[in-house]
Amino acid sequence: MARYRNVLMFAGVAMLFILTGMLQSWNLSLNILNLALLSCIMAIGVNIQWGYAGLFSTGIVGSVALGGLAVVLVSSKPVPEGWAAGGPQIVEALAFAALAIGLATWMYRKLPPGTGRTLGLALYLVVAFFIYRMILDPAVTAVEANNPAQAGNIGGLGLNSLIAWPVGALMAAAAAWVIGKIALGLREDYLAIATLGIAEIIVTVLRNEDWLARGVKNLIDLPRPWPVPKEVDLQLNPVFLEPVAAMNLDPVTASTIFVKLLYATMFGIVLALLVWGCERALNSPWGRMVRAIRDNEVSAAAMGKDVKFRHLQIFIIGSAVVGLAGAMMTSMEGQLTPPSYLPLRFTFLIWVMVIVGGSGNNWGAILGGLLIGWLYLAVEFLGPQVMAVLTSGLPAGPLKTHLQDTASHMRLLTLGVVLLVVLRFAPKGLIPEK
Amino acid sequence: MDLLNALTAFLNFIVVPGLAYGSQLALGALGITLIFSVLRFSNFAHGDTMAFGTAFVILFTWWFQSMGITAGPLPTALLALPLGILITIAMVLATDRVVYRFYRKQRAKPIIVVIVSTGVMFVMHGLVRMIIGTSEQNFSDGARMLLNPQDFRAATGLAEPLAIKTTQAISVAAAAICCVALFWFLQRTRTGKSMRAYADNEDLALLSGINPERVVTITWIVAGALACIAGTLYGLDKSYRGVVYFSLLMPMFAAAIVGGLGSPLGAVVGSFIVAFSELIVTNAWRKIFSYLVPPDWLGDGLYQALSTDYKVAVSFGILIIVLLFRPQGIFGGK
Repeated sequence: MARYRNVLMFAGVAMLFILTGMLQSWNLSLNILNLALLSCIMAIGVNIQWGYAGLFSTGIVGSVALGGLAVVLVSSKPVPEGWAAGGPQIVEALAFAALAIGLATWMYRKLPPGTGRTLGLALYLVVAFFIYRMILDPAVTAVEANNPAQAGNIGGLGLNSLIAWPVGALMAAAAAWVIGKIALGLREDYLAIATLGIAEIIVTVLRNEDWLARGVKNLIDLPRPWPVPKEVDLQLNPVFLEPVAAMNLDPVTASTIFVKLLYATMFGIVLALLVWGCERALNSPWGRMVRAIRDNEVSAAAMGKDVKFRHLQIFIIGSAVVGLAGAMMTSMEGQLTPPSYLPLRFTFLIWVMVIVGGSGNNWGAILGGLLIGWLYLAVEFLGPQVMAVLTSGLPAGPLKTHLQDTASHMRLLTLGVVLLVVLRFAPKGLIPEK
Repeated sequence: MDLLNALTAFLNFIVVPGLAYGSQLALGALGITLIFSVLRFSNFAHGDTMAFGTAFVILFTWWFQSMGITAGPLPTALLALPLGILITIAMVLATDRVVYRFYRKQRAKPIIVVIVSTGVMFVMHGLVRMIIGTSEQNFSDGARMLLNPQDFRAATGLAEPLAIKTTQAISVAAAAICCVALFWFLQRTRTGKSMRAYADNEDLALLSGINPERVVTITWIVAGALACIAGTLYGLDKSYRGVVYFSLLMPMFAAAIVGGLGSPLGAVVGSFIVAFSELIVTNAWRKIFSYLVPPDWLGDGLYQALSTDYKVAVSFGILIIVLLFRPQGIFGGK
């Protein structure tokens, strides 16, 4: 029975997408599907952290943004003048910073504890910081001065953005390693607070460091990942046009749908691979050990399991999965818009997906991702429509506009209520952990 | 060398804003630390509780203004504050009754309650947006300046002005009053002592006949009142936008953890540490230096360690340092 129940729930969600396609448009439906599939991958990443190991991170948006940055660095057009103006020097500055911090940790370990060490290291770090700024600042000014209207950044490698996907995962993993080293092993809410901070810093960097990814000036026209063609090229390609004409379809609509289907297939393949891997991992000795640690850290430690190391490992894996999804998202959208990286959209929405779907269960995360993903985006077109119907009797005026404005804010409220209700009445979610 | 002017600039750009901002943070961080010590979870909804309370203070302020009631040189918001506090308290008590009490009875893991509090945060944030929208609201009125920069310059003959906004003075005064009242309440009254006893050792407190529900209710009342005051002061000082209160969470948590989570005194001290570090790191020191060293030594740098956009990095940095080297905080919390 339980088996049918799950299948039925997936079928129900599929119906939502089909209805959207039939009643609104297939383009919209597929668009929502693609974003929902990406959310599913992020939800799997969060599920690895929370469901498998009980780690609560509020910095999901940071990993997503790092994935997006990876796409820019790997696949955006090279800006040779910008790079020549200061690229190597920026790299030098960053390398210097890494070296200085490494040296500081080494000295901290070697020197005898005491006030002398504290003061000495503090002074050393301040001096190092100013040297770092002295190397970095002129280079940044030089890079940003280069053609600020169109470039002003160091540019990318111009490679296919498919390559950026694993790079995004690696970058998110590296950030997770740093934060995990510091915040894991303390009280569990400290991880939540620290990740909240690091995510905000990552997004601030993206927003303000114009040399990196043009900041709020946005970076558009990123190339498509490997097999996906541009719609305009498709519309000129006879190989595509002939079958379309044979089926009596409009070539423009057909090309946009074809591209979206292609993305959906690619995301579906990645998702399937991830789920396969996760299921294997969960049912292996490793998975049992991880759950044992989650359920009782003390007894797991007593059995000789290295709790801190395993937490770090899982935190890194989960963040990497989220980073991968972030890279996939930016490479699909073809642009990086730092202001769109809001914690509500990418941290807490994903959390709602995992908890509603069923924490600890990969299929639950996917169901939650598809369902909440659809709901979140569908409210965008359904909400105003419903509100328009409801307020159609009212005369035009401030009350009507206010009511119509509140429709878009309803979304947050609804998400919060859904989260609270599920936590209270069905804490195991729609598909509970076995 | 012009020490007096340098000192004035230092007061004007660091000390005065630091004291005001630190006071506002302290009132917020006190709420976080109280909730942590009694209810034993980190309340992620605290920033949005502040926004919620402030939204109502603004509504009442507008109502008073429309009736022609003002507080003379003081902002009308001070008159509206008690009403706002009542609504905030009603709201936090209602959330406790509907949401948190269930998990307390269940003795749920703290991390679950933290997640629940993010759910509450969502709800509050949504409510704030529906009530007052996302645009900036300026609700400060009355005399703008306690110390007018022109007057200061005329009186002292210095080149540098010193300005003290009314809202800054009110922030510091309000924080001082609230802190004194709170510490008196915690140290001297029976209820305050029962709160500390409960925070110290739950089982022992229960054995000696302390009613836990009463302690929890009082904690929420105090935290809610402080949150509303802190939010209103911050809004008066910097003009109100519902969304910025979420980003106050980071400095407030940093302040509470620096001082030692669960220690009220620590929260106050931590808040000033965070506030002054933020200002010292993100201030452009060029002006102050220009009075201390000959102009041709200065070059054309701003002498700013980090741009003001990276404020959050400062509180984060402080948090990391504390977590690495002294996770229990200065005053040894839990």
